[in-house]
Amino acid sequence: MNAPVFHEWRNKPLDEVLYECREMLEDTTFPTVRRWREAGGKIIGHFQVYFPEEIVHAAGLLPVKIRGAQVEAIQADSRFGSYLCSILKTSLELALSKRIEMEMFVTHPICDAARNLAAVWGRNFSYPCQILYLPQNANSSHAAVYLRGEYDRLKRAVEEISGQTVGDNALRSSIAVYNENRALLRELYAIKRQTPWLISADEAYALVAIGGVIPREEHNDLLRVVLPMVRERNAKPKDKVRVVFEGGFCEQPPLDLIRAIARSCYVVDDDLLIGMRWILEDVPLEGDPLMNLAEAYIEKSSYSPVQHDLRKPKEKMLLNRIKASGADAAIITAAKMCEPGLEEQVAYTRALDEAGIPYFVGEFEENMTSFDNMEIQLETFVENLLFA
Amino acid sequence: MDEQQTATIVGRGHDEGARLFREWFEGLNASAERGDPAAYVFVMGSMAELLRVFDLPVVFPEINSLQTAIRRVAHEYLNQAEDYGYSPDICGYVKADVAVQLRGGVHPMGLIPKPAIAVLTNACNTYIKWAEIWERMYGVPVFTLDIPGTRAAGTQTWPGDRDFKNDCDYVAAQIKELISLCEKVTGKKFDIDKLREAMHHANAMSRGWKRVLELNTNRPSLFNAVTDGTIYLGVSNAFRGAEEGAKYFDDLVEEMEYKAAHGIGTLVDEKHRLIFVGVPCYPIFRRFNELFSEWGGTFVNSTYLWFAAGGANRGFEYDLARPLESLAEGTLISVRDAMDSMFYQDQALAEMIEPFHVDGVVYHPIKSCRTVSTGLADNRRALMASRDIASLFIESDMMDRRVVSEAQLKNRVDAFFEGLESRRLAASR
Repeated sequence: MNAPVFHEWRNKPLDEVLYECREMLEDTTFPTVRRWREAGGKIIGHFQVYFPEEIVHAAGLLPVKIRGAQVEAIQADSRFGSYLCSILKTSLELALSKRIEMEMFVTHPICDAARNLAAVWGRNFSYPCQILYLPQNANSSHAAVYLRGEYDRLKRAVEEISGQTVGDNALRSSIAVYNENRALLRELYAIKRQTPWLISADEAYALVAIGGVIPREEHNDLLRVVLPMVRERNAKPKDKVRVVFEGGFCEQPPLDLIRAIARSCYVVDDDLLIGMRWILEDVPLEGDPLMNLAEAYIEKSSYSPVQHDLRKPKEKMLLNRIKASGADAAIITAAKMCEPGLEEQVAYTRALDEAGIPYFVGEFEENMTSFDNMEIQLETFVENLLFA
Repeated sequence: MDEQQTATIVGRGHDEGARLFREWFEGLNASAERGDPAAYVFVMGSMAELLRVFDLPVVFPEINSLQTAIRRVAHEYLNQAEDYGYSPDICGYVKADVAVQLRGGVHPMGLIPKPAIAVLTNACNTYIKWAEIWERMYGVPVFTLDIPGTRAAGTQTWPGDRDFKNDCDYVAAQIKELISLCEKVTGKKFDIDKLREAMHHANAMSRGWKRVLELNTNRPSLFNAVTDGTIYLGVSNAFRGAEEGAKYFDDLVEEMEYKAAHGIGTLVDEKHRLIFVGVPCYPIFRRFNELFSEWGGTFVNSTYLWFAAGGANRGFEYDLARPLESLAEGTLISVRDAMDSMFYQDQALAEMIEPFHVDGVVYHPIKSCRTVSTGLADNRRALMASRDIASLFIESDMMDRRVVSEAQLKNRVDAFFEGLESRRLAASR
């Protein structure tokens, strides 16, 4: 393993740790990725939403979550048409502008736009660019077997990049690292649900998101240190509304927008970066590791508008999320031009109407810089709930 | 040339296609009035061969939606769906269909039956979101036939390869699950001989479709890939696996071969041979084509005729001795090809330039369809970098006239042709 790539947070008090995470997250030169490469490491970039990072990790490479950034799509704009979400353009921009250099890029058939990325990327770069075909028929009895084969195909492609064979034991070790990471993230979300005054939505987001650009062992180190500090934080509950934020499964709202929401709400649960928390339980370490990963993807997983599973109607899953988190209301958003997100909004709002749960509907874009209007509207919504 | 024979054959594909299409809609109307169960399917991987075994009439909501645009009433349907809550920024086909459903199936071509089952592939992700709407509206079973596509340009796998086997086994398993579901929905037992018969007709149609497309290398071109082609495409989808469909394509091949033999082109004075990339502009369908034909331009091929035919352009023919295995293979290869025609079409376009004597490539990305449109600007950039070929990039929509500006389109098209004629003049010096 390479030397640590994110050290700025170490030996600092909580507020400074959170500050360092935010700073690193918003640095569009991606210092952690650059440090990894400068130390001779290789990078596999993967687009949203879920990616089995364990396979890349086991090969000694750094999986990096490619999820756009607040950059201007100077070169990428000419590669795309007009009616597209921002994340697509800024993700390509990160590569074209060499802010993130990589040895391989993987996208997924999550939506009509994203599945084009392997072709677009492949025409612009000489390194391998491909689609990982995660199953869209989660209800087929053969889906896990198929996905196991697909993961094996990915493993062979990764082995070519790393120059080494990835054995079952290496995979098991990586699964153990990621199991710990998922457990720590579950703990963070338990704090959000149970004592949301201890950590704001933007702070929690920064703690989660930084994991997408650093080795997962380092993320575990960070969370192991930070979570006890959060629990011991001297903070008291405030008069805020408990909300679930929905709509952040792919393109991410700007951190400042999340901060604006946190000023009037406790975000007790959300689908932000849901791919990092997609698998809900530990993946077994015994047996065939690729099969275990495949089964976990299908059988022990969360939900999102870009995975079809008859067992998981999204609006019912949202209602469950609201109930489980004890939320009073929901913020239903979608990234601009996000087809699946916008389509799901209709089902969500109708289900919330039926259940009598108040909700706030909005759209966002990762590059937006003004939140005044949205914040005023949200404050009005919150006041209506608090003083009704 | 025998004038009587010419009058009988030339234009037959157009007239017969229109007749079959009218009859097909009449059949759907009758089914709806009787309350018969119907299968909602999509053009990329309709599985019509299999659904015919269960006597399920197939409804193509994409075709229903585009018909509202051609009949210039799409805006009424779009507005209704937007009032219901759907965003102006999502697929217009979805919204028009939502409005059809909200109206109890009332459509300009007749009454559309309600679904008893929805069968879709992942060739377009919006298919999946769309079917979820019917699932919520009607509580009908939705079957997503997941077809793994090409992972990277030029890396398609074929029988004998372990990755192909992994994909094909997955498709085969799903087909068996679909059969069980159809048995449950219809109460009818699966009949493999009936499937074999439908596959036999589908083979004739695929063979014919491939041949028809190839014949348009002829100069002058025998049909316009955007206007005439769309009629042929409608039959290819609505009658896939049916005897009438097979006969139609046999006759169409005969017509095109006759026209080729006698030098009968689609335009009297063909000046510019073009390829169309994208989805047609249905709100001004006729006028859109006139913008090109007035300059002597004709579309000799179109990626639309590849992907919207579910990849039938490949001409895959099933092995009737092992129908289920072959259905899985053929579905995988054909639907994968349809997806390739949307994502990785640059190489195929480059390879068509000489045999089809192409003067220019017209890219038409649309607001409604990100599947087709997302990569077109980059595709064009790559094609222009590799080949010295003129191209035009115009954006509008397949449904929503609010984003179709005829005057702007005309300006761009006129400038494109002026450029083409200048190139030709310069080349002749």
